[in-house]
Amino acid sequence: MNESVNREPEDLVLRLRGITKRFGDLVANDAIDLDLARGEILALLGENGAGKTTLMNILFGHYVADAGEAHVADAAGALTPLRSGSPNTSLLAGIGMVHQHFTLAENLSALDNITLGTDSLFRPWQRQRSARHKLATLMDRSGMQVDLDAAVVTLSVGERQRIEILKALFRDARILILDEPTAVLTPQESESLFATLRRLASDGLSVVFISHKLAEVLAISDRVMVLRGGRVVANTPTAGTDGPRLAEIMVGRPIPPTVRQPMAPGEIVLDLAEVHVPGEHNRLALTDTNLQVRRHEIIGIAGVSGNGQAALSNLICGLATHDHGRFELFGRAAIVGSPARMISAGIGRIPEDRLHDGIVGSMTVWENLLLEDYNQAQFATARFMRRGAARANARQVIDAFDVRCPGPEAPTRLLSGGNIQKLILGRVLSRQPDLILANQPTRGLDIGAVTYVHQLLLAARGDGAGIILISEDLDELLTVSDRIAVFYRGRLSPTMATEDVTIRRLGLMMAGQSVEGAAANAA
Amino acid sequence: MSEIVDILVSVSFWAAALRIASPLILGTLGELVCERAGVLNLGIEGIMTAGAMAGWMAVYQGADLWTGVAVAAVIGMILGLIHGVFTVPLGLSQHVTGLGLTLLATSLSYFTYRMILPDVPSPPRIEAFQPYAVPYLSYLPIIGPAVFEQTPLTYFALVAIVAVAFVLYKTPLGLAVRSVGENPAAAEAQGIDVYVIRIGAVMVGSGLMAVGGAFLTMSAFNAFFFEMVAGRGWICIALVVFASWRPGKALLGAFLFGAFDAFQVRLQQVVGGDIPYQIFLMLPYVLSILALIVMSRRAAYPKALMIPYRKGDR
Amino acid sequence: MRLEPRNDVPVYLTILAPAGAVVLALALTAIPLLWADVPVAQAYALIFEGALGSRFALTETLARATPLIFTGLAAAVAFRARLWNIGAEGQLYAGALAAVALGSGAFVAPAAVMVPMIVIVGAVAGALLMLIPTLLKLRLGVDEVVTTLLLNFVVLLFVSMMIEGPMKDPMGMGWPQTAPMIDQATLPKLIDRTRVHAGLILAVVAAVVVWVLVNRTTWGFEMRAVGANPAAARFAGMPVARVMLRVGLISGALAGLAGVGEVAGLKGYLTLDLSPGFGYSGIVVAMLAQLNALAVVVSALFVAVVFVGADFMSRSIGVSNYLANLIVATSLLTMLAASLATRYRLRLR
Repeated sequence: MNESVNREPEDLVLRLRGITKRFGDLVANDAIDLDLARGEILALLGENGAGKTTLMNILFGHYVADAGEAHVADAAGALTPLRSGSPNTSLLAGIGMVHQHFTLAENLSALDNITLGTDSLFRPWQRQRSARHKLATLMDRSGMQVDLDAAVVTLSVGERQRIEILKALFRDARILILDEPTAVLTPQESESLFATLRRLASDGLSVVFISHKLAEVLAISDRVMVLRGGRVVANTPTAGTDGPRLAEIMVGRPIPPTVRQPMAPGEIVLDLAEVHVPGEHNRLALTDTNLQVRRHEIIGIAGVSGNGQAALSNLICGLATHDHGRFELFGRAAIVGSPARMISAGIGRIPEDRLHDGIVGSMTVWENLLLEDYNQAQFATARFMRRGAARANARQVIDAFDVRCPGPEAPTRLLSGGNIQKLILGRVLSRQPDLILANQPTRGLDIGAVTYVHQLLLAARGDGAGIILISEDLDELLTVSDRIAVFYRGRLSPTMATEDVTIRRLGLMMAGQSVEGAAANAA
Repeated sequence: MSEIVDILVSVSFWAAALRIASPLILGTLGELVCERAGVLNLGIEGIMTAGAMAGWMAVYQGADLWTGVAVAAVIGMILGLIHGVFTVPLGLSQHVTGLGLTLLATSLSYFTYRMILPDVPSPPRIEAFQPYAVPYLSYLPIIGPAVFEQTPLTYFALVAIVAVAFVLYKTPLGLAVRSVGENPAAAEAQGIDVYVIRIGAVMVGSGLMAVGGAFLTMSAFNAFFFEMVAGRGWICIALVVFASWRPGKALLGAFLFGAFDAFQVRLQQVVGGDIPYQIFLMLPYVLSILALIVMSRRAAYPKALMIPYRKGDR
Repeated sequence: MRLEPRNDVPVYLTILAPAGAVVLALALTAIPLLWADVPVAQAYALIFEGALGSRFALTETLARATPLIFTGLAAAVAFRARLWNIGAEGQLYAGALAAVALGSGAFVAPAAVMVPMIVIVGAVAGALLMLIPTLLKLRLGVDEVVTTLLLNFVVLLFVSMMIEGPMKDPMGMGWPQTAPMIDQATLPKLIDRTRVHAGLILAVVAAVVVWVLVNRTTWGFEMRAVGANPAAARFAGMPVARVMLRVGLISGALAGLAGVGEVAGLKGYLTLDLSPGFGYSGIVVAMLAQLNALAVVVSALFVAVVFVGADFMSRSIGVSNYLANLIVATSLLTMLAASLATRYRLRLR
């Protein structure tokens, strides 16, 4: 399904031909062709690892393509060659990019972040007044408002994203690239973003919208281009396709749907009642939180990042303490504030940031598998490590959990994200924990790995574990969890059976707008 | 008690405070510039030594004083360039590079000095900077003679503070430097060459440090002694933390330090008999440690300090 | 042309990298020699001869290597855990001071008791000194680089105060030095009429113990994890603060032992010039050894060769013996650059 619609060159703002990029043996982009018209919103769809971000990074100048050529329309509309190797060149060519992880200096003001790099470094003064004037106009035209003098660290995620877009508009971008922009937004905020984008597009701005979420792609784009394994496998107007077809093209092979067998929940393993966890600036990170987790049950936790998930996760992982309320594990008061105690209490924890908190990249696979268990009798005698037992254990876990790696002695940083996650899961699940906290366990993984992780979690549930699944992916929560609760401003809603919940309702609760949300707020 | 008051009231005390503070002002300012760009420069002790030796040696060989200062600055910038190349594009440990640079610069200075002036009984002297009374301003009561009858390098230090503050907060270049130290990815995404800015900042900072060292041999004293920097470089690093990376507070911190040092010298002369002189000499170092302790609780680090930046690290 | 991260480090490279670094350092140091009209080949030959050219020279080199092994181990242990202990110089003097305080006549006992005692006391003194910056870092977040450095100056002044005051040798004709160590508290010489002493055996044993500790025990496992990724170590339940404390104490103790060796084995009494910068050279030794405890012995020997040889060369042809510092400092920087070769591979296009 590779229809290239013939368009007049005068309408094009961007033409890519044969873009190829390799990293070692990995071909991230394989002879990619792309046309983008004025005022068009193009969605770049593909699963994690398909090459979407790499392609846009080449366009924006972070990478240099190994082969291929790019042409960008100049201010007059004529296509001129783009030989970019630096963001500066791309910015001057009218290309702006909103990165997946925001590129904002938190301690500087919004205005500083926007004007950074726009004045010549030889100029002895900053043109602040004209910048404010121009930004006022831009903010009116696009409908996005931001306090220019606020330090970015004080602003919400939505506001920060607006600054990122204003950055590009301020530099007279004719092409705006957005990389997974809705990953950190509520469904309602995403709607607001889409409205802004449509407004800008009708004003003549061309948009490339990178996503792996089918629903959004169908909602916002004029045209969809699907990447798989670094190649273009589809290029079609959005009107002419639908979700299931795109899903199939995106993945390229049938994926058996994850089936969750209904199970009767067992005894309570975790009991939180009216828990407060202190946060920064004398506020509470968790307020009045109630949560019960039972065996054979997966509780999904939804919410925009920053609304209490980190505090809940830290509390259960042993990195934070509560100063009010009851926190019981298996019917007894939990000893808080010590990761070691949580581990020995039988809690399996999968951290949100696998590279930062989950593994030590420079240590070997067998060493990382022992990160929590190295003091156990089977792995150490009189403080001397039993390397033979350790390596045997590693081989076992590698087999059981399909961790693709050169071997137990390989440095862990060599493994791909998916395999690192499998390693962590292997480490956690082979101890057969009674309670599992999984924080964004499938973030950044390709579909195959995502499905595998879901299967592991469901299997653990079948074996009798109670699982807390914190995720930004509402589809994942609806697929895997038995019950779902939503965080908003540090308060957790009561859990609801998954059958009774829709994405729309979750979205409203994530934004604090619903009967339950309002009641929780008023309490 | 009255001795203390006597000391505090005397003009010579305040003049000495500013004089002692001058190399610290330049050293702290130089380190501040490096750290604002995200690079910890532990080569400061060696760079100050090299600046002291190079500037002095240039004058000894016949150059005029300001040429000597320029030589010192250039030597500093070259050493800064080495540090910058190692830590920025090559991404090597800022700690080890800095320490290595201190060892290198110090041993190079001593070696060069010894090779040019082997075995002299007492260190030769040059005609150092003389105090220059600023017209009109030096007639002000008390602060006149204290502040405006200093040597030209002290005035240079004060001007440098103002210049760095202005550039850092009011110019696009300063914004670029600060952003590179807070979030280099953000700077790169706005088209700024992180490597160039970081290396440039380290070079400028190192130049300032070297001039701070030159102050010792060309203004405070007029000869070069081994070990004369005596840990001032490390003290400057503590003062940068104390100053919360702001030039104005750097001036304040360096001046307070100079005042304390001037005070304990005078106190020693008055009280000194029973207390071993080593105790007095220890005080500056102990004070620096205390300053670090006090300020560390609220340290407002440039967020990307000491984190190497790899271009295209995605 | 591009740099690509390596998947593994071939063994030959772990030897080639430091060796290459040394050769490069010698080549770079030749530049100031050429500028000073010094015959480079002759100078280097004299260094070699002065350190290795005779039986006596060899013993001098071994004697000089002894404290360097200790301070090299101190740096290697600390740096591996990302604890930047730059205070080995002060910890050395602390160890020496403690050893002298106990062993110069305060009380007398047989050697089998006295020697272990001064060793322990010296190690403890070094460890306690390092405790201060370590606690400041752990409790208050104070950067240990500056505190350890500044403490060096404080300790040296304190020693000077002691040497000129309460610990001054009454029979020293007024020189600022302490009374000598009594025979029972002296480390025996290994070879008669040379200066190489039992401290060398202690140093090599320490190197082996440290290697085993770091690479084969749970303590070492924790140290390596905490040094490489403190956040992950904490998440995994490791007692990060306690581990850092252990590292600090062990590092300080090792540096203290360097002082004990010098004062009880080499010199016999304490003066202000006991250490010509062994603490700082220890950092170079550790880096050249790539923080490997066993390799520290080898790199300590190299640095000792440079220093002993340079002394000899300096007496022979009048070139300042600061050349030794120059060679060693340059080696540190070239080794740092060479470490890139072990981490990255050059891909030509």
